[in-house]
Amino acid sequence: MTMLQESSPSWGVVASRRTLTRVLPFLVVAALWQLASLFFPPFLFPSLVDVFKRCFEILVTWSEFSDVLATVGRILAGLAGAFVIGAALAVLMVRSRSVNEFLSPILTLFQGIPALSWVVFAIIWFHGIEPRIFFIMVMTTLPAFTFQVLAALQAMSRDLVEMVMSFRPTRTKLFRVMIIPAILPDILTAWKVNLGNASRVVVVAELVGATGGVGYELLQQQQVFDMAGALAWTLQLVFFVLIAQGVLTLIESVAFRYRAVSERTL
Amino acid sequence: MNAAAVPIISLQDVSKTFVKAGAASYVAVDRLDLQVAEGQMLALLGKTGCGKSTIFNMIAGLTEPTSGVVTVNGRNPFREFDWFRGHMAIVFQSDRLLPWRTAVQNVELGLEMLDVPLEKRRATAMAWLSKLGLRGHENDYPHALSGGMRQRVSIARAFATDANILLCDEPFSALDEMTGRTLRAEFVRLVKENGKTAVFITHSINEALEIGDRIVVLKRPANIALDVALSPDTTIEQKETIRHRIQGVLAA
Repeated sequence: MTMLQESSPSWGVVASRRTLTRVLPFLVVAALWQLASLFFPPFLFPSLVDVFKRCFEILVTWSEFSDVLATVGRILAGLAGAFVIGAALAVLMVRSRSVNEFLSPILTLFQGIPALSWVVFAIIWFHGIEPRIFFIMVMTTLPAFTFQVLAALQAMSRDLVEMVMSFRPTRTKLFRVMIIPAILPDILTAWKVNLGNASRVVVVAELVGATGGVGYELLQQQQVFDMAGALAWTLQLVFFVLIAQGVLTLIESVAFRYRAVSERTL
Repeated sequence: MNAAAVPIISLQDVSKTFVKAGAASYVAVDRLDLQVAEGQMLALLGKTGCGKSTIFNMIAGLTEPTSGVVTVNGRNPFREFDWFRGHMAIVFQSDRLLPWRTAVQNVELGLEMLDVPLEKRRATAMAWLSKLGLRGHENDYPHALSGGMRQRVSIARAFATDANILLCDEPFSALDEMTGRTLRAEFVRLVKENGKTAVFITHSINEALEIGDRIVVLKRPANIALDVALSPDTTIEQKETIRHRIQGVLAA
């Protein structure tokens, strides 16, 4: 009896297939756009060549690229501020039930307030552009950060905490050896989720209350009906989010290499 | 009474009552007097829910007695919690290894709390892993180790700090019989070789007879129902008699 043996595809073939699977959706969208550009005027569907030209211009023109950097800086500053405040609140909430009962409804209330309302409040309450945007970024991402860190702290294994406590750690060591590694996966997930939210909110904030940044530039493109420019500025933000998500994924792959990988995945 | 003259662990007239809102209070430990001498290996035996773990937690300083006095090394383990850093180590029922740490990093944990320099704690941890037959697995993460290996790592973690008191909460109960027996023998050897005092909680009569040089059987709520001493000279027949006495007490 002859045994038929299945030959497994080579590494190169697997890598090519994986790359194609990832790139294919983008290629399809780009092709459809390019097709549309053949039938519609440029102010509706500009050709991809024009869009990429504008992208390149933004990247090589300092006065324009500095707007991209300003937006990136605002996103990162807002997220960092919200994360620090949110983590501190979460620690207080996990330590005290009454603090938790007091803060939870307030944060839930904040979650229900639209980003645009925060923009209006910020314009009324603050004078400078940067404090306004920082305030908006913090207020829109703070509840999510707080609840995510709180959930992570509450979900920590009691057995492991007890085990570490049995060695009588100082507070700093307890944080370093137990709490931070235990909640890090949830923190990174929170950053990934909030990064997307923040990139959308920052544009709204800049659109209304700034004199620079991607949101402000988008407003300029809208006023001159420059679709290629609008797309090019949007893509700058998309690139940033993709790069930032890539960095977070890289951190995850290094920091969580201890995790067991099942051969039969979900 | 089998406790020696100088008790390192002492519970005097200790009671522990748990009060739950809207429910009747529950007495877990009832006026218990128990002394453990230095170098003694005490097996604390009792049925599930008899208060063994409560006694364990009071000795470990994780909970405070409602009344009575608990002292370890002449100090209050609950109020002077930090003083016991490096003086007491616990082996739990499950291995409780930190999944983000390799085997050697897990063994180093207690030494980190004692601010032992990295080089020294690495050497100590490696030595204990070797003693427990885990050389070559020091860089493995817990998920890559078998249940027996993981429990060995947790034993190494407890021994690495060189604490003079070891508290063990049914550490081999989750393992298969052969692995459990092997680890028990290793554990007894290490305790004796290193002159430790150990309190070993178990619900298995066989385990108590294998491990303890003193067996205290608890009734419910926790108080001493039987207190017997064993020695290397105790014969199999004598152990059988003790087993029957324990069975009689537990069945009562």
